[in-house]
Amino acid sequence: MALLEIRSVTRRFRDFVAVDGVSLSIQAGEFFTLLGPSGCGKTTLLRMIAGFDQPDGGQIVIDGKDMAGVPPEERNVHTVFQSYALFPHMTVEQNIAFPLKMSRCPAGEIGARVREALDDVSLLGMEKRFPNELSGGQRQRVAVARALVNRPKLLLLDEPLAALDAKLKEKMQLELIALQKEVGITFIYVTHDQEEALALSHRIAVMNKGRVEQLDEPAVLYSAPKNRFVADFIGECNLLDCTVALQDGGTLDLDVAQLGRVRAAGVEGSAGATQGTLALRPEKVSIARALADETCVNRFRGKVHDYLYTGDVTLYIVEVEGGRRIEVMLPNNAVGRSSKFFEPGDAVEIGWREDAGHFLRD
Amino acid sequence: MSPRAARLWISSPPLVYLLVFFAIPALIMVLASFRYAGELGGLAPLVGSGDPDELAGLTLENYQRFFGDSIYLELFLKSFLYASTTTVLCLVLAYPLALTIARSHAKWRDLLVLLVILPFWSNFLIRVYAWMIILGPQSAFTRVFNGALGLAGIEPVALLFSPVAVVIGLVYVHLPFMVLPLYANLEKHDPSLLDAAQDLGAGAWQRFWRVTFPLSLPGVYAGAALVFIPALGIFAIPDILGGTDGLLVGNVIKQQFLDARDWPFGSVLSIVLTVLAVLFAGMAAWVARGQRL
Repeated sequence: MALLEIRSVTRRFRDFVAVDGVSLSIQAGEFFTLLGPSGCGKTTLLRMIAGFDQPDGGQIVIDGKDMAGVPPEERNVHTVFQSYALFPHMTVEQNIAFPLKMSRCPAGEIGARVREALDDVSLLGMEKRFPNELSGGQRQRVAVARALVNRPKLLLLDEPLAALDAKLKEKMQLELIALQKEVGITFIYVTHDQEEALALSHRIAVMNKGRVEQLDEPAVLYSAPKNRFVADFIGECNLLDCTVALQDGGTLDLDVAQLGRVRAAGVEGSAGATQGTLALRPEKVSIARALADETCVNRFRGKVHDYLYTGDVTLYIVEVEGGRRIEVMLPNNAVGRSSKFFEPGDAVEIGWREDAGHFLRD
Repeated sequence: MSPRAARLWISSPPLVYLLVFFAIPALIMVLASFRYAGELGGLAPLVGSGDPDELAGLTLENYQRFFGDSIYLELFLKSFLYASTTTVLCLVLAYPLALTIARSHAKWRDLLVLLVILPFWSNFLIRVYAWMIILGPQSAFTRVFNGALGLAGIEPVALLFSPVAVVIGLVYVHLPFMVLPLYANLEKHDPSLLDAAQDLGAGAWQRFWRVTFPLSLPGVYAGAALVFIPALGIFAIPDILGGTDGLLVGNVIKQQFLDARDWPFGSVLSIVLTVLAVLFAGMAAWVARGQRL
């Protein structure tokens, strides 16, 4: 049985529906992420799991028990808040001991368990410091230690890495993954950062306007988005509106405006479709002065309109002869390509294989 | 002009003011406490005219009188007791009020704070006289109160001109001074701290006792200082509401200067009072400086 069952949960604020009949099943030991833009309902859903809000409809069931009417202090669920919410008048030690005191842990045990928790987050030695004497990353770790020391059934994390700089964020992400594996506690993570979600999670629920758009493992979400929203939200994607000209066995012939005829692989459920969107990841498109790769059945000539250099890769925006602009990603160490970057105005040829694009029917 | 010089110029008017109206009078009073009282009041001269019957010069007899008679120690003890009781009662009454205002919806807060300050718009003495009427034997309140006591088989009590009346007056007048610093502190509390405490298993009492109250201590100390120190030396309230038995230090000082015309002794009492007040203020500041946040 699932550790956490969210059954058709709805939450309304006057006319605004924040969470719209969401159903999810989360397994013990999972790193589960709610991903979506601001206002999609992920934080509202998290607060309801924690007990700070009650659903207007549906049920939240933890370990078989319906949580209706159960206040936060009685749920064995702890939260790491975005602002960490460390008690400023207590030392690190006292902060972490707090939940132990609340659950009436015997006084003799508290010291040992606090030390264990500090060891888990690599902060031994910081016991007597006060929160205002710690760096952002250290505070974040104290917040995690404090929420884990009690070994709750669920750990909820509300965008805990949002305030950290890029390098520290990466480091903390790796630490969180390792920590979760080590303690084995189910993590429910909320974020709007899709890269972070892809890196950390076993499964991701992509949310939009109170609903779950798609629930899948990261790789599946990336390579087989179910709809336009997911394709656009996760990673970079060319979204090409198209009409279906021909469907022949497992192949689709699509007409894309301002581009031309594109061949794509048929997908489950595409039979009988007349219109749709072709989701094409930039890294699946090749670019050269003249393409040599024979397997790129879709080829178009164009000019480089602009580019975005980010050190490891360059994202080129190529305007094809038909007028459409396509994003193409090229690693900056690509073997065999000319030593010079393409400049705006260069004439190039881009192309991709039949199975590179993913067809989404309307 | 250098920044240092500019700072000196800017701070000189208040410094001069403090010098002329505070430091110098204080010194005069210290000097007065070592002098003899004049025959017709005031102070005896510092330099005698040679007459052997005339009292002049400096003496320790005023301080000897103060420390010699236990009645003055009792007087200070009594004032201390009244001031402490007032402070504690103010704290107990002001805290729930300040907490309620701080937690109320933003649009109500300003109005509620205004209501707390409103009494200050009317004259201090008039407010004290109002209590004379409320606690007087003819008032509706007294009659109802004594009627209730009568039902319980207890003799009627005179509310006015009693220690109870004095404490009521003191608490009433000082309450806003406790409410406002408490409110100013409580209003700034981060609500997510209480969410975190609740999330980690703390019920309502624990949340108050382990999070809200410790964080409010600076406000508590500020309020306590603003109530205790003035209450120590006040004389109008015991004068009006206390009757003949309600004399506190403030009243005796007033008596010495205005009725008995014994300025040196009045000065001694004032100086002891000031020293005590400064001591308490210093203690409050010292305790508060160790507070986090």
